[in-house]
Amino acid sequence: MGTLVEVRDLKKYFNTPRGQLHAVDNVNMKFEEGTTMGVVGESGCGKSTLARTIIHLHEPTKGQILYQGQDVTYPTRKELPALREKMQIIFQDPYMTLNPRYTVEDTLKEPLVLSGEYKAGHALDKQISKLMDMVGISKRLRMAYPHELSGGRRQRVGIGRSLAMNPKFIACDEPVSALDVSIQAQIINLLMDLQEEYKLTYMFVTHDMSVVRHISHNISVMYLGQLVETSPSKELFDKPLHPYTKALISAIPSTDIDHPKKRIELKGELMSPVNPKPGCRFLPRCPYATEACRAPQQLEEVLPGHLVSCCRVKEINKDLLQKEGE
Amino acid sequence: MADRRTAKKGEELVHVEDLYVEYSAGKKIVHAINGVTFDIRRGEALALVGESGCGKSTIAKAILRILPDYGSRTGGCIEFEGKNLLEIPEKEMEKVRGDKISMVFQDPMTALNPVKKILTQISSVIKLHHPELSKKEAEEQAIKMLERVGITPDRVRDYPHQFSGGQQQRVVVAIGLSCDPDLLLADEPTTALDVTIQAQVLDMMTELIRETNTAMLMITHNLGIVAETCDYVAVLYGGEIVEYGSKREIFKNPSHPYTIGLFGALPDLHGDGDRLKPIAGVMPEPSDLPSGCKFHTRCPYATKECENGPVPVVELGGTHRCQCHNIEAVAKAIQKEA
Repeated sequence: MGTLVEVRDLKKYFNTPRGQLHAVDNVNMKFEEGTTMGVVGESGCGKSTLARTIIHLHEPTKGQILYQGQDVTYPTRKELPALREKMQIIFQDPYMTLNPRYTVEDTLKEPLVLSGEYKAGHALDKQISKLMDMVGISKRLRMAYPHELSGGRRQRVGIGRSLAMNPKFIACDEPVSALDVSIQAQIINLLMDLQEEYKLTYMFVTHDMSVVRHISHNISVMYLGQLVETSPSKELFDKPLHPYTKALISAIPSTDIDHPKKRIELKGELMSPVNPKPGCRFLPRCPYATEACRAPQQLEEVLPGHLVSCCRVKEINKDLLQKEGE
Repeated sequence: MADRRTAKKGEELVHVEDLYVEYSAGKKIVHAINGVTFDIRRGEALALVGESGCGKSTIAKAILRILPDYGSRTGGCIEFEGKNLLEIPEKEMEKVRGDKISMVFQDPMTALNPVKKILTQISSVIKLHHPELSKKEAEEQAIKMLERVGITPDRVRDYPHQFSGGQQQRVVVAIGLSCDPDLLLADEPTTALDVTIQAQVLDMMTELIRETNTAMLMITHNLGIVAETCDYVAVLYGGEIVEYGSKREIFKNPSHPYTIGLFGALPDLHGDGDRLKPIAGVMPEPSDLPSGCKFHTRCPYATKECENGPVPVVELGGTHRCQCHNIEAVAKAIQKEA
């Protein structure tokens, strides 16, 4: 299967009183059809902005967004509704993104009616029932309001709304971080089942490393608006190559009490994303930083399908890469 | 204070016996805590683990006596320095709060005063509990405390909004530790933080506790954090401790179906993308708890006897205890699955 969505040199800057905030800076990413691309990074690294820009909730500052090979960076008013049917989003907090005065039925009905494909009547009712079935909400809750639902059920309604028009691409923006562990597992299973059945393509934005490892085929790591590493999911955890990814993975609290991990301690504070200097943005916290890091960094394929943006990556991972070469 | 340094690690500091907390909410009575018994010892960290609504924050608030006066009732005993904290007069409690027992709250931006410099916020706490110190001495002590959490002296006269989330949380930790407490209550101290910063804050807290022989009660839902920072674990469900034990006992041999369920629901960092095993159903409302074992409505191993009457607490050797009718049957079923 081919590439469904691709972004090229995407930039999204915001104007602030202190200058330009580089929320997303020169990001290149490919979303292969039917797979999940996890996007991880610290809060404020631009991962949510990237998701929102891709599905056209923000207008990109520069760069290109391609959908099935076609340029959809700046859709016209006429093109946008059709694009929205194909590219959807699931938000983090289902309570804030559901209309408190809409019942489950109202919430699911709205996109169906807006599309113009359904008029009130039997077909519409059937489609709503089908959606509720798909996301596992029992029939008796059809007339329930959001405040009557538990967090997990609310998120199911949010997912149902996104699925209403049979989208191909769904940006999931921290869809399980507001949920308890046991409920989180239910929603993750649901998302994975839906993907298998409807060949959905997910962009899965999260800061929870174990969730992202579980659900993703590929993972991209972002740091202050830039992509620093992208790799197949398992490989990223086995062989993180960028110094930031190494620190990130070493910092995940592990439940394995027999093998405590050695953490890579980061010193220093985050750089400001407002009017950032050229060069590597991880530099103030990087244990390997040198003068060369002050120049702009290029994303480079170090292992097959494993791209890293660090000028010292080969030096730092010499032993590992040598083993790989043999 | 002085005797703490000489006190032995592992000496009992707080003994909570059969604690009950109820609220009235309209016509309903919320049974938040239903008979909880545990100890906290010096130099050790106890984790309270459970999902939202299980009562873990209520326990910390009951210890500090900061539950809302109106409509809440407590029963049982919280013994600290030979006195029952639930019974001592408010004046005496004020001396315990902040000085001997202090709390680190979850969200630093709501815990800090936005219009006061962080130095003032810490030194005022120190001055309150040590009126004999001059303003300058209190400030000096505050600066020392902030340095210990990694905030340099040139930044102490800044306001909270000038700091990053991680720095703010470290300031909150510094306030919690500023009077050298015997017991630190930490309510999800790192949920607002990113993993790399979370690791920094947790390392710092555990280090300070080991250094000063302080005891810690860590409230969290993250089992990874428990594994890395705590010595003992109490698993809460429906306001009861369903399982208690040392970290090793709980992580190597989880015995209560709820604890087993919690571990099963976690995505594994090493396994392959198998389906997760969620716990069926949702947490019952504390105003509407089922009779018998509170977990029986969601438990895959529930039998007739779980539905009514008290549930026995079974000792499993060491410090390990578990509140369940069917421990052996559950253990057998788990073995079979594996």
